[in-house]
Amino acid sequence: MKTLLPPEFKIIRDEAKCIKCQVCVRQCGFEVHTYDEEEDVVLSNNAKCVACSRCVKFCPTSALNVIKNPLSYRENTNWRQEVIHDIIKQAETGGVILTGMGNDKPYPIYWDHLVLNASQVTNPPIDPLREPMELRTYLGSKPDQLVIKGKHVKTKIPPQVPIETPILFSAMSYGSISLNAQLALARAASEFGTLWNTGEGGLHKELYKYGSTTIVQVASGRFGVHPDYLYAARVLEIKIGQGAKPGIGGHLPGEKVSSPVSRTRMIPKGTDALSPAPHHDIYSIEDLAQLVYALKEATNYQKPVCVKIAAVHNSAAIASGIARAGADIIALDGLRGGTGAAPKIIRDNVGIPIELAIASVDTRLRQEGIRNRVSLIAAGGFRSSADVIKAIALGADAVYIATAALVAMGCHLCQKCYTGICNWGIATQDPYLSKRLNPDLATQRLINLLRGWSLEIKEMLGGMGINAIESLRGNRLHLRAVGLTQAEMDVLGVRQAGA
Amino acid sequence: MKQTVKVKPSTNEKIVVDAKGKDTKQLNEILRQLVAQGHTHIELKNVFGQRYIGTDLRKPVQIDIYGTPGNDLGSFIEGPRIVVHGNAQDGCGNTMNDGKIVIHGHAGDITGFAMRGGKIFVRDDVGYRVAIHMKEYKGKKPVLVIGGTAQDFLGEYIAGGILIVLGLTLKRDEKHRANFIGTGMHGGVIYLRGNVAPHQLGKEVSILKLTKEDLRELRAYVEEFASHFHFDSEEIMREKFIKLLPLTLRPYGKLYAY
Repeated sequence: MKTLLPPEFKIIRDEAKCIKCQVCVRQCGFEVHTYDEEEDVVLSNNAKCVACSRCVKFCPTSALNVIKNPLSYRENTNWRQEVIHDIIKQAETGGVILTGMGNDKPYPIYWDHLVLNASQVTNPPIDPLREPMELRTYLGSKPDQLVIKGKHVKTKIPPQVPIETPILFSAMSYGSISLNAQLALARAASEFGTLWNTGEGGLHKELYKYGSTTIVQVASGRFGVHPDYLYAARVLEIKIGQGAKPGIGGHLPGEKVSSPVSRTRMIPKGTDALSPAPHHDIYSIEDLAQLVYALKEATNYQKPVCVKIAAVHNSAAIASGIARAGADIIALDGLRGGTGAAPKIIRDNVGIPIELAIASVDTRLRQEGIRNRVSLIAAGGFRSSADVIKAIALGADAVYIATAALVAMGCHLCQKCYTGICNWGIATQDPYLSKRLNPDLATQRLINLLRGWSLEIKEMLGGMGINAIESLRGNRLHLRAVGLTQAEMDVLGVRQAGA
Repeated sequence: MKQTVKVKPSTNEKIVVDAKGKDTKQLNEILRQLVAQGHTHIELKNVFGQRYIGTDLRKPVQIDIYGTPGNDLGSFIEGPRIVVHGNAQDGCGNTMNDGKIVIHGHAGDITGFAMRGGKIFVRDDVGYRVAIHMKEYKGKKPVLVIGGTAQDFLGEYIAGGILIVLGLTLKRDEKHRANFIGTGMHGGVIYLRGNVAPHQLGKEVSILKLTKEDLRELRAYVEEFASHFHFDSEEIMREKFIKLLPLTLRPYGKLYAY
């Protein structure tokens, strides 16, 4: 069938600058560029371009640029270009449209409507350059009360995991990203004193040495889950849902299950790795409690158990159930959370923004007097240190980042992770592509990002006259709303700026 | 509360623990301590609903259970051999990696869920969603043999391993009652003795006749089953079996537009 899909992007090649070195030909895994020897010319097939910018950035003479295809449709705010393209694609294939990364639709971004406070004259600001400023956060369940006799704490404290900055790397499985990418995350987390997350694809042998800074996932497919895997980890995470695809399962296509991926997931090479939508042993909060304690028993109560859910309408009630089911940590993943592959219709329409979810979960747990029983990690499209600090002021203990970490490593958000082709060597298992990601450099870039954000958080904290991140948690008086409705402010528990 | 172990060693180096009045955590802590002390054969008396028995032992110890163990018996195990002299509840062998569980009675829902290795033998019937997402990998090939019959969703999403249902608790000419057998199946094999109608099977499953190699494989496990429960394996093998295989290893390969 002849495709009626027009190219999304257009490649502009400055022929005067092009030296026909063919770097672009070699760099593009989508095979956009070809070299015609007879004519001595480099040609480009616009239809295959995904706008990942690899050729643009690697062209030694800056001869290339990629622009949006200026093909004009008749103006129509309802029938936008993307809508028309999707219909054409489905008319031609009859399939579910896949995508990668997070929701790119123009839902309100509440972070951009929340502003932070700063001290002026009274309660003077603190200068983080000269005074100690603490970002250390302890993840884990805190007891309802402490019994102290003499110099000793008599209360048995559940396992606590200190992190040196309230930022962790969110789950990205081996299979969805390359081993080099996981290696960089693991090393950066270890060096900086935070944690990274295996996702549901198991833990590669080479990464076991980073176990003490690793969160391992137990998801519905139970891929690669066995006693050594559980014991290797610092934190165990039961993955119930993901912000990019709440309510649906996962599906790593057989083509991506290479030998090393098959070893780590412990499934035969080339078979589909299907993660069912539910855990078939969890149909209730009681069942969830059973798995929480199964994991605790399996590791002799040494490790905190986290339960990760997508932020949905009833998150607050569900979170209360999770806390009562014995979890030590709740991870909440919002509407803008990323993915290696998800149906676009789900990614773009299911779930609620993380800002609202953090506020409602924190409020509910406080009302019920059980906020201390769990740490709350928020996830889903955190773009900057400002988003992080606002999340903590709303009530989160810490924040998971993944998209930002990928961008730090080189990702340009072309949203083609589900194809298995990634010109930046991140979301691919193709050895020719994945060796492009130098794990040493990627580690350094990740550490730089964590350092930059942490310094900024200290500056903002100091400005508010606070010297420990723990003092900001849930302190919503340090936030004010700009341009929100009363209903939104009520959910966020934040007052109108200036009022 | 930490429990101190007060048990009398009996003959054959078997050690007997009375589980009466002990909660899940206490009982499992006792088991950990006994195994750490080097005991290899433990008998649990008066077990009454304690969960996760056998988890976190990680040695090829033998555990005999009298009474009724609770949910998730032997979850995540890698080594222990557990014999239940009675019925087991839900989640028996959940995500087990290696070892053996023998149940002289019934087992509940999700028996053998996501198991990747080891063997489970159930003398009588099992509940719903049994053997969901069983999978195999290299040397690891889980085997689950059910002497009786099962409820719905038997072998759903099964990705590897061998699931055998013998139907010994059915009356003559009585059909298996499970629906959605092998829905989403994309690996492994199910051998079923007795009758099922095509509508009881998931749409990803095909019915095949057993080959000689299949029969050889099946016979070995049926003999092992029969030896545990004193059945006559020849008599079991005399009835017709059917073999269920996935139609494709990529059941959902054509679902997406790229």
